[in-house]
Amino acid sequence: MFGKILDKPFIFWSVLFTLIPLCLIVFFCFTTSPFGLDQVDYSFSLENLQKVFEPMYMKIMLKSFQLALIATVICLLLGYPLAYKIANTSMKWQQVMVMLVVVPMWMNFLLRTYAWLLILGTNGYFNMFLDFIGLPKIEILFTDAAVVLGMVYNFLPFMVLPIFTVLRKMDNKLVDAARDLGATDSVIFRRIIFPLSIPGIVSGVSMVFMPAASTFVISSLLGGGQYMLIGNLIEEQFMRIGDWHFGSALSIILMVFILISMIIMNKYDSDEGSSGLW
Amino acid sequence: MSYQIIKVNNLVKKYDNEVVVDNINFYVNSEEFVTILGPSGCGKTTTLRMIGGFEVPDGGEILFKDKRVNDIPSNKRDVNTVFQKYALFPHLNIYENIAFGLRIKKIKESEIKNRVREALEMVRLVGYEKRSINAISGGQQQRVAIARAIVNKPKVLLLDEPLGALDLKLRKTMQIELKRMQQQLGITFIYVTHDQEEALTMSDTIIVMNDGKIQQIGTPIDIYNEPENAFVADFIGESNIFDGVMKEDYKIFFENGTFECVDSGFNKNENVDVVIRPEDINLSSNIDDGILGKVKSVIFKGVHYEMVVETNFNKWLIHSTKCFKIGEKVSIFFTPEDIHIMRKGE
Repeated sequence: MFGKILDKPFIFWSVLFTLIPLCLIVFFCFTTSPFGLDQVDYSFSLENLQKVFEPMYMKIMLKSFQLALIATVICLLLGYPLAYKIANTSMKWQQVMVMLVVVPMWMNFLLRTYAWLLILGTNGYFNMFLDFIGLPKIEILFTDAAVVLGMVYNFLPFMVLPIFTVLRKMDNKLVDAARDLGATDSVIFRRIIFPLSIPGIVSGVSMVFMPAASTFVISSLLGGGQYMLIGNLIEEQFMRIGDWHFGSALSIILMVFILISMIIMNKYDSDEGSSGLW
Repeated sequence: MSYQIIKVNNLVKKYDNEVVVDNINFYVNSEEFVTILGPSGCGKTTTLRMIGGFEVPDGGEILFKDKRVNDIPSNKRDVNTVFQKYALFPHLNIYENIAFGLRIKKIKESEIKNRVREALEMVRLVGYEKRSINAISGGQQQRVAIARAIVNKPKVLLLDEPLGALDLKLRKTMQIELKRMQQQLGITFIYVTHDQEEALTMSDTIIVMNDGKIQQIGTPIDIYNEPENAFVADFIGESNIFDGVMKEDYKIFFENGTFECVDSGFNKNENVDVVIRPEDINLSSNIDDGILGKVKSVIFKGVHYEMVVETNFNKWLIHSTKCFKIGEKVSIFFTPEDIHIMRKGE
C-alpha cells in the first residue's frame, strides 16, 4: 500500500519539470512564429534546425565541446591521483580530505567564479606575483585558458568523488591476490585497480563534461563579454534576442550530441567490464 | 626425498600491542598437507598471511628452504594463496583470471593456453573459459581460485579457509578433491581452518593453535587419540572434561571414586583434567554396577544418539547407537584406556 504511493512524487516531479519542458522545447524547435511569440500562428518548420548547422554556429558548438573536453581531461588527470590518494589514506584523514574537496561547493557558484577575476586580471594577484618574482605580466583573463581553468576549478569535485567512491569500495584482497600471483605495484594498478575504477571514471567524466559543455556563466565571466560558447549562444537567444525557436533547436542539438557521447562512453565501459583489458 | 621446505622460528605478530601470534615454532615438510587448526581469532590466518608475505612479522623468522624470507614481498615468493573469499578479479573471465600469474611471468601464449587447460582439467571446469566469474556458483568460483593458484606451479600452496562459504555436501566433495590435487601435484599445502573434521580428513599433520600459541602438533590420529591438553581434546571433537586428582600412577580420583587408568608420571595428588570421549562411553540400563545417572536429554544425530546423563557430580555427554528414554536410570561404563589424563593449563 505504502509502496504504491512512494512513486507518486517522482512521477509528478518528472512530468512537471522534465517531460513538459522537454515537450515545449521540442515544440519550439520545430515551429516558427513570424509575428512574434505571443501570436497564435505557429507553423511547422525545420529552418531552426537547419540554422544550427550553419558554419558559424557549428564552429561555436565545436569550440564548446573542445574546451569541455580539455577541461574534462585535465579534471581526470588531476582528479584520479587525488581520488586514489584519498582512498588510500587512513579513515580519519580520508574524511578531512573529502571535506577539503567538497567545501568549495558550499560557496556560491558565482562568487567562486568571480574570485578568479580578481586573481587573473591584468593587475590581479597572479600578475602581482609574477611581477614580484621579476617575470613579465601575462593576460590570462578573457582567454580560452581562463575559461578552461574556471571549468576545471568548478567541476573537479564531480570527477574526484565518483572515482574515490569506486576506489574505496574496491576489495583489498584483489590487490593481495594480484601481488600473490607475482604482480608488481605498477602491474597491479594497470591490470586491476585502473580497469576496476572505470565505472567511476565514466560517471566522473559525464558529470564534468555535461555541465562544462553547456556552461554560460563561466564563459561569460572569465571569457569576457564577446566570448561565445554554445551555452552563451542559447542564453542569448532566450534572454536577449528572443528567438525561442532557434534557442530550442540549439538546446536539442546540444542534448543529442551529449547523449551520443554518453552512449559511446557507456558502451566503452560495459565492453571493458565483460571481456577484460588484455 | 622430503625435506623441511618451510621453517617458522619464534614467530611473533602484534596489532596495536596485542599479541596475535605468540612465539610459535613449527616446520613443514615438502609435499606435506599441513593444517593449522584453531578457533577464530587464534592467529592462524595471521600466521598464514606472514608465510604468504602479506604481513611482516614483529619477531622471529620464516625460512624457505633454509633462506630467510621475512622481508621478501609476496610477489617474489615461490608461494601462491587461495583466499578466503576467493578474491577473483571481477573484470576478467575465468580464463584470464587463471592466466593472470602466467602473463606476469611473460610466458608464451601457446604455453599459457596449455597450462590453463591443465589447471581447468585439474579442477574439472573445462569448457568454462569464457564465462564471467559473476556467472558461476560459489563452488565453481572456489575451483577457479584454486586453478589460478596451482597454474603457477608453486612449491607451496596456502589455503585460507577456502571451503568456508560452501554448503556441507560441496565441502565434503571439495575436501576429497583438494587431497587428490595435492597428491597429484606433489605441492606442499598449508591449510587454515576452524573445522576440526576438515582437518582430520585431509591433513598429514595438524597444528592446533589457540590464543596465538601452538597447542599441539601431530598426525590426525595423534591429535584425536592423544590430545595434549583439555583445549585440544575439547576442540578436536566433543569431550567430557572433568576435574580429577591423580592419586598415584595409574590411579585417578574423579566422580567420587578412584578409577584405573593408563597414565603415569604425575605428582602425587596433582589436580588434573580427566578427558573421556563421548563415543568411548557405554550405557546400560542394568543399574547394579557402574556410575549411576539419569538421562536428561536425547538428540538424534543420524548415525548415533547424543545423550546427556547427569550423575550426582557431573554431566556426561554420551554418543551411542542405542537410544535411552529421558528420565531413565542408566549406568555409565568405560575402560581404563578411554580415560585421558591431562595437566591443567596455567
